[in-house]
Amino acid sequence: MKLGFYPGCSLTGSSREYTESLLAIAKAAGIELVEITDWNCCGATAAHNLNHELSVSLPARNLALAELDGMEELVVPCAACYNRLVMTQHELGDKPELKALIAEKLQMPLKNEIKIINVIQFLEKHIVPRLDELIKAPLAYDVACYYGCLLVRPQKVTNAARFEDPMTMDVIMQKLGANAIDWPFKTECCGAGFSVSKTKIVGELSGKIVRSAVDRGAKVLVVACPMCHSNLDMRRPAIESYLNRKVDIPVIYITQAIALAMGLSPKQAGTHRHFVPVNLTVNRLN
Amino acid sequence: MSKRVRQQADVNVIECYQCGKCTAGCPVADRMDLRPSVIMRMLQTGDAVSEDEILRSLSIWLCLTCETCYSRCPMELDIPKVMDYLRQRSLAEGKVHRDAHDIVTFHKSFLNTVQNNGRLHEMGLVIDYKLHSGNLFQDVMLAPEMFSKGKLHILPERIKDRKGLSRLFKGQTKKPKS
Repeated sequence: MKLGFYPGCSLTGSSREYTESLLAIAKAAGIELVEITDWNCCGATAAHNLNHELSVSLPARNLALAELDGMEELVVPCAACYNRLVMTQHELGDKPELKALIAEKLQMPLKNEIKIINVIQFLEKHIVPRLDELIKAPLAYDVACYYGCLLVRPQKVTNAARFEDPMTMDVIMQKLGANAIDWPFKTECCGAGFSVSKTKIVGELSGKIVRSAVDRGAKVLVVACPMCHSNLDMRRPAIESYLNRKVDIPVIYITQAIALAMGLSPKQAGTHRHFVPVNLTVNRLN
Repeated sequence: MSKRVRQQADVNVIECYQCGKCTAGCPVADRMDLRPSVIMRMLQTGDAVSEDEILRSLSIWLCLTCETCYSRCPMELDIPKVMDYLRQRSLAEGKVHRDAHDIVTFHKSFLNTVQNNGRLHEMGLVIDYKLHSGNLFQDVMLAPEMFSKGKLHILPERIKDRKGLSRLFKGQTKKPKS
């Protein structure tokens, strides 16, 4: 089966292990993720903070290109890109005059009907039903599933059933053999786009998240957003300086957790690319 | 002011009844000069003086668009969208708070690399940010490690349809007052 795929910029650079692990588990499940031809940046926080039109036109170009490629369902693993693409789809749907203006600028037709899904929705629909046959090496760890902001909010975009205490990742991790702990920082903000411009704020907000996970006994943090990952992993020095202690809990993408449980190597899962070392042992089933 | 927010950001701030949930859940409220619920109240009652105060505040730039306020608002008011509207006006009117210049510089550098390449070039972004913010030595130790982990591209990835891209940016990146 083939599905449309919008990687977004982070997934080609600082979060390439997210792409590698996603493509690896999709392949194992017989799914081919096909990139949108000539896709562009969604504009991210910069566009919606500074320029409304660009915050719509940049995502809209990708939606139009995906339609030209004949895609009906589009997988968008980055939570922030997903938010921008769906917000654009909603806004174009609500405002026909804006849609006409954007289509004219794009010089491309835009039906605006493509189904956009985030990584959790992709996993639930296409991977989870087949997990029992695909799991070769259960991941028996106490894990804290961290959802962050844009996988659950705003609810009209994500359709998340329990936006204050989501369980979708917890359920998947339990199926992989892990014990997903109950903890209160699942949907607190990590500091998002302030990684470079206000690193200290990231250290504080991410520090509270890491502290809560560790103090409740988690051995691994599981995420599904490249921004959350880089703040919790790459910004560990800022976190440690806020907490005033060393913390060595690794942070892995849920796609990496699935890859490892499928019996793929750490290299195939891309865990060697992290700043905080990941040394997880899996118990291969006979 | 409330009429203008309704027309341009499509949010009716008059509906806010000051329950304070937005401020209570905001992860950066403790650093804000004007808290979210205060901004909502000022937008309801505000004259030109309080409008100016909002546009010059640090708060509007500290908002991370985490959407917590919006998800908990009993009136379902899209406060992050109001913040986007306020930020864009603050920038256009040259009223950006001194402590927010690094945030705005980062966003501008980000849009520069997207305008040039169609995609974000992380190294280009950081270099552009360093030159414009003056924070030359920030994070220099990260680059070699990112590079060795295969996370940093020296050259940008560029999209093919450059003309189509420049049509989207045309007229959108006039230099605002700073």
